[in-house]
Amino acid sequence: MSHSTVPRSRAEAKRKTPGEKTPVASGDVTGSEDKRPSGRLSLKVRFRRDRLLLLMTLPALVLVLLFNYVPILGNVVAFQEYDPYISDNGVVSMLNSPWVGLENFQRIFADSAFWQAVQNTLVLFFLQLVLFFPIPILLALLINSVVRPRVRAIAQAVLYLPHFFSWVLVIAVFQQLLGGAGLLSQLLRSHGYDGLDLMTDPSTFKFLVTAETVWKDAGWGIIVFLAALASVSPDLYEAAAMDGASRWRRIWHVTLPALRPVIALLLVLRVGDALTVGFEQILLQRDAVGPGAAEVLDTFVWWNGVRNQDFGYAAAAGLVKGVVSIGLVLAANKVAHLMGEQGVYKK
Amino acid sequence: MTAVIDKPVRKPGPWAAPPRPVWEEEPSKVGLASKGLVLGIACLAILFPLWIVIVTSLSTRKTIDEAGGLVMVPKDITFIAYQELLSGGQVTRAAIISVLVTLVGTAFSMTVSVLCAYGLSRTGSLGHRWILMTLLATMFFSAGLIPTYLLVQTLGLTDSYLALILPSAVSVFNILVLRGFFQGISQELIDSARIDGAGDFRILWQIVMPLSRAVIAVITLFYAVGYWSAWFNASLYLNDQDMMPLQNVMIQLVQKQEAPVGLGQAIKTGQLSGLAVQMAVMVMALLPVAVLSPFVQKHFKKGMLTGAVKG
Repeated sequence: MSHSTVPRSRAEAKRKTPGEKTPVASGDVTGSEDKRPSGRLSLKVRFRRDRLLLLMTLPALVLVLLFNYVPILGNVVAFQEYDPYISDNGVVSMLNSPWVGLENFQRIFADSAFWQAVQNTLVLFFLQLVLFFPIPILLALLINSVVRPRVRAIAQAVLYLPHFFSWVLVIAVFQQLLGGAGLLSQLLRSHGYDGLDLMTDPSTFKFLVTAETVWKDAGWGIIVFLAALASVSPDLYEAAAMDGASRWRRIWHVTLPALRPVIALLLVLRVGDALTVGFEQILLQRDAVGPGAAEVLDTFVWWNGVRNQDFGYAAAAGLVKGVVSIGLVLAANKVAHLMGEQGVYKK
Repeated sequence: MTAVIDKPVRKPGPWAAPPRPVWEEEPSKVGLASKGLVLGIACLAILFPLWIVIVTSLSTRKTIDEAGGLVMVPKDITFIAYQELLSGGQVTRAAIISVLVTLVGTAFSMTVSVLCAYGLSRTGSLGHRWILMTLLATMFFSAGLIPTYLLVQTLGLTDSYLALILPSAVSVFNILVLRGFFQGISQELIDSARIDGAGDFRILWQIVMPLSRAVIAVITLFYAVGYWSAWFNASLYLNDQDMMPLQNVMIQLVQKQEAPVGLGQAIKTGQLSGLAVQMAVMVMALLPVAVLSPFVQKHFKKGMLTGAVKG
């Protein structure tokens, strides 16, 4: 082997003991414990030693650079009166479109539809926080208290299932149950009441969206909490019981403290992601209820850009959302650190 | 000497409760019942709609008319809706497209992700930190819908199936989960293989991958479900109706209450209920995931643990 001249195995033998937690599992995703000798070896030698590893990461790296980093440059259309018909090639169009400075941003901030979208986004975020977020925690506590293995496995299999359904399917299912021709209407009519179409009702739309999210993902959300619960030592429960703690007391003093870091972290992450609420899900139902109730920031961008071909305007809205989002994520991580938790990245 | 009498210890069956530690209270009847009730309602809320969809898709037009719409109790089971849908035409083509995109896309995504995860799993290799940071940073921002849309157009991917695969081919999250798992594999094993003369590709293929079957199964399912469920990329980048995958056809059928092309006649002449056709398409969309995910389910916890909190 060409790289056998490099003392690789010795370096790697030092790297870590098998029982050690992986860096990712312990939250250290950057792998800060570089145990490979890097200072002593020249760049050329290290390149020769690691060229296969580099080659392996190359395809993914190229895809990520192309589809996650290159489009950032495309945000320049937010400062343009972008005209897609100048050329088939987007870059040529971009270079030849007139610059308008901050005009698009001024238009956005004067647009009541934009502020309606902001309001809808925030209302949906808070609804999900209050009505969706606690459910996986409660379900996890419930599942965790089930001791019969078969019952547990079946319940978990059923609860996880909807997470794997597409939004199209979930909304189709809801349509069949709650829509104008759906089961609920059918039942009401057969008992002499008027039919009810919850799928096209703007006043209840935000609750409908939340209900769909609960149906689809509440079960999936319990995995993280179950994992946290599984790591609680049974000794703690025994000790608490010896001290006379009742079943509820044990939940309060042992189980919930064990969940605290996970709950805090997920909460913080969710807040950081507040401006992103169910894009695909809402887009699918936007036409049925109208933009007044259903427009969120993501669908606002989609409507103005893809549908109305007002690319500069839509890109500007997307850019505003993106910048505020990054700020929120960074702030949320800061809060996570202040609370003594590992954020998405290390301090 | 007193003989030690071995009490026959009965192993608890899968339905039975395992032995209880002495300090733990006997569960009360009310407690057990309410627990079962809540779990039962939760499971029913998920299974009942699916049951209705499946039963209605299998019902004759007469049964559906009698029920006034959706059917709850199966009667006169028929597969006519499926026969019609699968005998060529719009839905058959869409289903084939979906299957092919899912297979090709998943294979591509897994190859790229596993290679990248292994490449990044050896801490301290050249450029390791830079590459990792480059990937990680994408979890904080998104370039935005419009610039991505313009990029895909500029690359000439519009109206090609590559537009359904390439833009979302790699998930950094999945790579991190794989990498975390790969790093947990005993270093001695890899070292001994290297001493025996195995290169990185061989180590990955013959040692790391077989030991990571659980996590690979989970990530494969994630990617496959992603491709199978995707509709947005198709609606953005495909103009040709004949190229649309199953999910997009389902949107037209269920939301706009349209009959699939070629089936309108069969529905008009009264052989087939339009509702049964809609339901049959929904079943076709849910069946693969509903069948596959329980098999992978036992690995979820292990596979997800490494990165779930960071999702």
